[in-house]
Amino acid sequence: MIAALLRRDLAQFFPFTGSGAALPVVFFVAVAMLFPFAVGPDANVLAKTGGGVVWIAALLAAILPLEKLVARDIALGFFDQLRLRGMAEEAMMAVRLLAHWLSFGPPLLLATFPAAALLKIEGESFQILLLGLLAGTPGLAAIGLMIAALTASLRAGAALSGLLLIPLALPILIFGAGALARQDQVSLGFVGAISLGLVALAPFAAGAAIRAAREN
Amino acid sequence: MQAANPSLIAENLACRRGERLLFRRLSFRLEGGAACHVTGANGAGKTTLIRALAGLTTPYAGSVVREGALGLLDERTGLDPDLPLGRALAFWEHVDGCTSPDGAITILGLGPLLEVPVRFLSTGQKKRAALAALLNRAVPIWLLDEPLSGLDTETIGKVIALIRLHVGGGGIALIASHQPLDVPGMTSFAIEDFAPAPEEDHA
Repeated sequence: MIAALLRRDLAQFFPFTGSGAALPVVFFVAVAMLFPFAVGPDANVLAKTGGGVVWIAALLAAILPLEKLVARDIALGFFDQLRLRGMAEEAMMAVRLLAHWLSFGPPLLLATFPAAALLKIEGESFQILLLGLLAGTPGLAAIGLMIAALTASLRAGAALSGLLLIPLALPILIFGAGALARQDQVSLGFVGAISLGLVALAPFAAGAAIRAAREN
Repeated sequence: MQAANPSLIAENLACRRGERLLFRRLSFRLEGGAACHVTGANGAGKTTLIRALAGLTTPYAGSVVREGALGLLDERTGLDPDLPLGRALAFWEHVDGCTSPDGAITILGLGPLLEVPVRFLSTGQKKRAALAALLNRAVPIWLLDEPLSGLDTETIGKVIALIRLHVGGGGIALIASHQPLDVPGMTSFAIEDFAPAPEEDHA
């Protein structure tokens, strides 16, 4: 059942097969392309600020398919039907987290190559950026999933998700983008640790949220 | 049918929606071969009852005991709107380990619709698709929420025949519907009979 669900979720989210799911990556590259036009072509300024912009773009790319992540399947009764077949909400959300990460994480890492070239991020900085994103994107996916599940049944969900995003995303950004500013690989360990913590927490938080959403 | 002797028992059930108590002291016992028709006006609590019986929500008071796997048919089909019907059904067939789905598809006349994306189907066609998914699960307990709404006369006849067949084969069916149903041996109750009296509304 788990394997069938993962295949289905991937088909929903994956770029080129799902419905317009390439959007996060397109968005990510678009930000990297537009940023030099906004701040000017000075290579020093770009190299200094570009890493932070890449991180913000990655974070926003992770929460772009927000509505699709959970709310649509609640409205569809999809989770209800799985529950009746004996699957725990936590398992559904763990599968969804994996599918969500697979659909935007690896494509985003690939898109980092052209994005870094556009922002003049080279050498060791590029290495730190890539490793940081590799460690951080699972955490960003977990943040996206938790916010999507928590706000799925709320009418003012979109407004609330912005507020929820800030405290959840802060730690990962501080260490992820901070590693670039300090040229320091040690911070990447913290990014990985925070990321793992979020990944471990997300299925439980999101599972409880979709159970609670049934009660109203 | 997996369970040799399916049963669905509600004891002293009470459910709320928001702050409002919809019904209380609702008890019944359904054994294999029993059908039960729940009637009630819109908003009386039929859907709330069905979701509590399915274990999707926690009742305000009382308990539900069931023996045997349970299938739910409501207005939400669980079928992916973007997929062609055949592939949307195939997902559930795969999850349920159903190896011969063609019978249900033929009975419900879904053959010509298999290539059509689910979002283009009419209400009645979606309902027929959800019924096919339910049939393919081969579960002993059916909870049907308004199974006849949106269906044409011919399909209504088929659905009632399917319910008879299911109950005749030792299954349980609980049907919430405001339309008349003719199933032999079926009991029925109106959910309004369990609505709280006005003075105990906020009990």
